[in-house]
Amino acid sequence: MGTFINLVKNNIRQYTMVIALILAMVIFQIATNGVLLLPMNVTTLILQNAYVFILAVGMMVLLINGGNIDLSVGSIVAFVGAIMGVMMITHKMPLWIAIVVALAIGFLIGAWQAYWVAYVRVPGFIVTLAGQLIFRGLTNNILSGQSLAPFSRDMVAISAGFIPDFIRGNNQGINITAMVLGMLVTIVYIILQIRKRMYRRKYTEEMVPFQLFIVQIVIIAALIMVCAYWLASYEGIPIIFIIIAVLVAAYQYFTSKTVSGRYIYAMGGNEKAAQLSGINTNKVLFWCYVNMGVLAAVAAIVTTSRLDVASPLAGQNYELDAISASFIGGASMYGGAGTIVGAIIGALFMGVLNNGMSILGAGTDIQMLIKGLVLLLAVAFDIFSKSRAKAS
Amino acid sequence: MDNYILQMETITKLFPGVKALDTVNLNVLHGEIHALIGENGAGKSTLMNVLSGVYPHGTYTGKIIFEGKECIIRHIRDSERLGIAIIHQELALIPSLTIGENIFLRNECAHEGIINWDETHTKARALLKKVGLAENTYTLVRDISVGKQQMVEIAKALSRKIKLLILDEPTASLNENESNNLLNLLLELKKENITSILISHKLQEVIRVADHITVIRDGAAIMTLDKNSDDISEDNIIRGMVGRRLTDRYPKRTPNIGGVAYTVDHWNVFDPMIADKQVIYDASFNVRKGEILGFAGLMGSGRTELSMSLFGRSYGKRISGQIFKSGREIQAHTVRQAIQNGISYSTEDRKTAGLVLQNDVKENITLAGLQKVARHGVVNSDEEIRVASDFCKKLNIRTPSVFQKCVNLSVGNQQKVVLSKWIFTGPDLLILDEPTRGIDVGAKYEIYTIMNELVAEGKSVIFISSEMPELLGMCDRVYVMEEGRIVGELSGKEITQEAIIKAILSSKREAV
Repeated sequence: MGTFINLVKNNIRQYTMVIALILAMVIFQIATNGVLLLPMNVTTLILQNAYVFILAVGMMVLLINGGNIDLSVGSIVAFVGAIMGVMMITHKMPLWIAIVVALAIGFLIGAWQAYWVAYVRVPGFIVTLAGQLIFRGLTNNILSGQSLAPFSRDMVAISAGFIPDFIRGNNQGINITAMVLGMLVTIVYIILQIRKRMYRRKYTEEMVPFQLFIVQIVIIAALIMVCAYWLASYEGIPIIFIIIAVLVAAYQYFTSKTVSGRYIYAMGGNEKAAQLSGINTNKVLFWCYVNMGVLAAVAAIVTTSRLDVASPLAGQNYELDAISASFIGGASMYGGAGTIVGAIIGALFMGVLNNGMSILGAGTDIQMLIKGLVLLLAVAFDIFSKSRAKAS
Repeated sequence: MDNYILQMETITKLFPGVKALDTVNLNVLHGEIHALIGENGAGKSTLMNVLSGVYPHGTYTGKIIFEGKECIIRHIRDSERLGIAIIHQELALIPSLTIGENIFLRNECAHEGIINWDETHTKARALLKKVGLAENTYTLVRDISVGKQQMVEIAKALSRKIKLLILDEPTASLNENESNNLLNLLLELKKENITSILISHKLQEVIRVADHITVIRDGAAIMTLDKNSDDISEDNIIRGMVGRRLTDRYPKRTPNIGGVAYTVDHWNVFDPMIADKQVIYDASFNVRKGEILGFAGLMGSGRTELSMSLFGRSYGKRISGQIFKSGREIQAHTVRQAIQNGISYSTEDRKTAGLVLQNDVKENITLAGLQKVARHGVVNSDEEIRVASDFCKKLNIRTPSVFQKCVNLSVGNQQKVVLSKWIFTGPDLLILDEPTRGIDVGAKYEIYTIMNELVAEGKSVIFISSEMPELLGMCDRVYVMEEGRIVGELSGKEITQEAIIKAILSSKREAV
């Protein structure tokens, strides 16, 4: 037992946020009399927070690359949503054209801001603060202060639709497709983890102890399966869930496995050393901001679809949610640290908090208060545990 | 007994897993210069941190007796009150404040909280005069050289009534000239009965100024030598430091020098910030295959600027001139182009420009040549680990694994990681800018060995150093630089300390 406690003690920091997340889920599960984890509510939770997941991915990339943030994403979401509204509602254009244009505009906005940051070297904080005003202003201008609604049914389906049950063929009872997909993901996860451990063992002794490794795999595999079962017993897998999952997997792979991803971390860790190692740091910074612009457009498509309206008030404070999620998930003001998965855990944590408090009937005033405190405490705890690790 | 200003008795300090200090005794006489010498990590700085209160009373065992009284030092303030001042390796000045403000920081010339600036600067001027620094007290600290900042630190210490001055590697980043000034200042202070403890790596300067030398090895005081009665030759001190006699401080090599590898022709560089300030004037030189080519000169003579401007124009503006590789002109306008043309540059600024400290060993080793372990833009982790492990073995990098973060390595091992990074790019020419700065004797020897191995493979090495003995010991040929110009070329037996200094001085005379 003593060794087990030691084991947990020595490895707890790696899992702090996961543990906090599980704890929050347990607390709200009890407080809401089991409503939080009802299949229907889990689906709602994902839909409600889809924009946070998507924006947090882009924000995390920026934070890794040197503690940059983008304050304009909320306004970009509103702006892109407004353009989609004008195209689809005023001019009756088809969905696919609207999506292509939306992504292209996200790209252009990203490139516009990226140019100022990367090549003129205006601090990102300033450029995106300006962007926040510029794109909010443009949104109001396009919409003349009015909301546009409703959108066509295919647009709404992006957020409200589910993957049909191909295997069973009808949508009654447990959704088999969802279960099979869940199983597949679990198997891939286990294989990847074992492979990683196998080759790591060849080169080092210092790694997560075997028992803990097994515990970790079992917990995560169980989580995936439970999640799949939950979705399966409601209406199946939401389309939005697939979008988010693909984004997260792609970005996690990109940041941890590719040359470009490595350059982002290296530049965040030490820009000068990166430059002298032959990395074109301006270019890296440029593309990180472009990336944020495109992801903001994706978030805009999803949000507009969910709300079924192009509103001049859309996307307010979205940037703050994304930034909070990233910091709760382990980003550093100084750059070079953090992971995409971390950002997602941070976003989930915020989502559970939001959703749980809503179910309990807490007003937005209380919700804001709690969210602020959580952000502060999470980062303070991280700093505290880091300085303790250094001292010992 | 009364003659001792400081007695530290049986000091033992434990860190988790390590005994940093093991029953160390240190006795310092009134008004002497006492040198502490030892390899990196031997415990010199720890001992001084115990004395100055960085490690408070109670975190170690043993007694500190200052001026005959036992003292309990809980905080740096306590040691300051006793008249002990410590000047750390990393300077504690605030770059954006003026010299005068820095000198009286936390000790302001204030009356009821209102600062009297006239008094501040008048007093500061007097202190600067005392330390022999001709600078305006209104100058910002960031605008003066590191050597001068060091002097400001001492002036700051003198602004309080100090009895004991501790200097931790004060000359590590100074050139010969600045080092000399500093050592002379210590001798001046000695006349005023201020005791100094000098921590240093540089044996020559220690031998020059110290009255007593205490050698520390592996957390224990090995011996204390008296200038007047003991053998204070370098050999004897080194034997104490490393526990064995280093028969040769430079590894043997039979030069096998081939044809000209790179030629630089009429290279001119201007300052990146100040438009009309030329930094490098018409530099022309060549380096041969299998040759270790030295660049001697004072700090600020333009050696770093020259090599960085050659390395993908990472320094300077309005650069003109040509680079030839084996007779063919090459273009190296970006760092990447330079690397592709076989040029690598290992910076003098290991921590701020050489390594991504928070990343691990393998990521740092592969950073400049990442494409080599990647396919279609995806890093092959197996391959990367294999490459990094090989380098750790070959260059004897002491790290638990390639997954260790570089911030946790000793400076010597960090330097070897930087070297691995550049060797991995497969260079034909490796420019090493002060590769042994701040590194202990043992690791220096390993780095010299690596250089020898590189040239044995037919590569060329340019070796920039401010320590003349190592240029003498390692180089086949030496260029001397002064004020942005190449003012001399020496080869083989001509390379002597006198010849280098003569070349520098004669260029100065011409300039006048």
